[in-house]
Amino acid sequence: MRIAYYPGCTLKTTAKNFETSAIAIAQQLGVEFVELPRWTCCGTVFSLTSDDLIHHVAPIRNLIRVQEMVKRKQVDDEKRILTLCSMCFNTLKRSNLRVKENIEDLKKINNLMYLEEDYCAEIEVIHLLQLLKEIGFDKIKAKVKNPLNNLKVAPYYGCMILRPLEVGIDDPEDPTIQRDLLEALGAEVIDNPYKKVCCGSYQTVNNKEKVAELAFDILTHAQREGAEAITTCCPLCSFNLDFRQKEVLKKHPDFKQIPVFYITQLIAVAFGLDNKTLGFDQNYVDPKLLLKNKGLIK
Amino acid sequence: MKKLIITSENVKFLQKINELADQDITLCEQCGTCSASCPMVAEMDITPSQLMRMVQLGLKEVMETKAMWVCASCYTCTVRCPRGLDVAKVAEALRQVYLRKALDYIEIKKIPKYEFVSLPQIAIVSACRKFTG
Repeated sequence: MRIAYYPGCTLKTTAKNFETSAIAIAQQLGVEFVELPRWTCCGTVFSLTSDDLIHHVAPIRNLIRVQEMVKRKQVDDEKRILTLCSMCFNTLKRSNLRVKENIEDLKKINNLMYLEEDYCAEIEVIHLLQLLKEIGFDKIKAKVKNPLNNLKVAPYYGCMILRPLEVGIDDPEDPTIQRDLLEALGAEVIDNPYKKVCCGSYQTVNNKEKVAELAFDILTHAQREGAEAITTCCPLCSFNLDFRQKEVLKKHPDFKQIPVFYITQLIAVAFGLDNKTLGFDQNYVDPKLLLKNKGLIK
Repeated sequence: MKKLIITSENVKFLQKINELADQDITLCEQCGTCSASCPMVAEMDITPSQLMRMVQLGLKEVMETKAMWVCASCYTCTVRCPRGLDVAKVAEALRQVYLRKALDYIEIKKIPKYEFVSLPQIAIVSACRKFTG
């Protein structure tokens, strides 16, 4: 099945390993990502003020690209666009909802881009985790060659795939989608309440000390419950929880570093895919030793 | 105790923020759920519920507080407000009132080069969107 795929900026750089591992596992499950032609940045954050329409132009323009792909029969899924990055997902989905619910806004945006074809507001934005659930965790389990037995993993969701309610893909107070997925891979899941506490997001640019403090809380809470690794599906959460461990260590010398995986990297390990797809060289805390000790990679 | 007189200026400020945030901020009943839920509250000079109260009263002094800039738009308060209010939208409205004067809250130039090299683009773009005018 071919589906329109919106990567977003970061999936091409600091989160390249997220993209590589996602494409590889999707292939195993019979899904082909067809990248949008001429995609642009979505703006990263959804514009929250009522009078600001200009910042919805970029998200909607990307959705027009999907319409074009459907017309050219470049995709089999004719209604949906797939995202991996939680921030892109949130921004695209909320802008889409805004124009679906406000016909006047849609008209204005279409007028503004009068040389583009009109957006018909019929496309749906989905996140990879939703697609994996739809494929079925049983089917995913059947593909596992290398069960993640004895690996204690704490899933971390962050904010953008959970909140606000109208865009969330799971219960915003007690999400379970990653738990069910990790259990299908054979991992021992360490579910804990910090899984939905904000990592500080873009505050990492001007207040990295606070972000490191939030990362410390999130990571040590999981560790106290026995976690040996964390999973995320957001390149900004990943940066704040993984790379900011450098700042965590400066303030808390006793802190023990913990690997942070993209969920797709662990699926790829469980599927027995080769090292090239895993992209561990881009992780800040090297996860290879842990996986070797568990006999999961050579 | 200082006597508070609500003038037409105060009402105008409240109306503007109501309009930008698309919220009826007078609905806030000061229960404190937002403040108790906020992961950034320890960094703030006033709590999210105090911010809401100041806007209700139309106190422009709220513009000088740090709280709206510390908000990370995580929407925890949004999903928990028993009155269905969106504090994240109110914080954004306040930021926008400031930024629309073509002012910046952070100086991008002051971020060290080594930070820029490692930061994901989504961090830089979102910080520019939230903190620069």
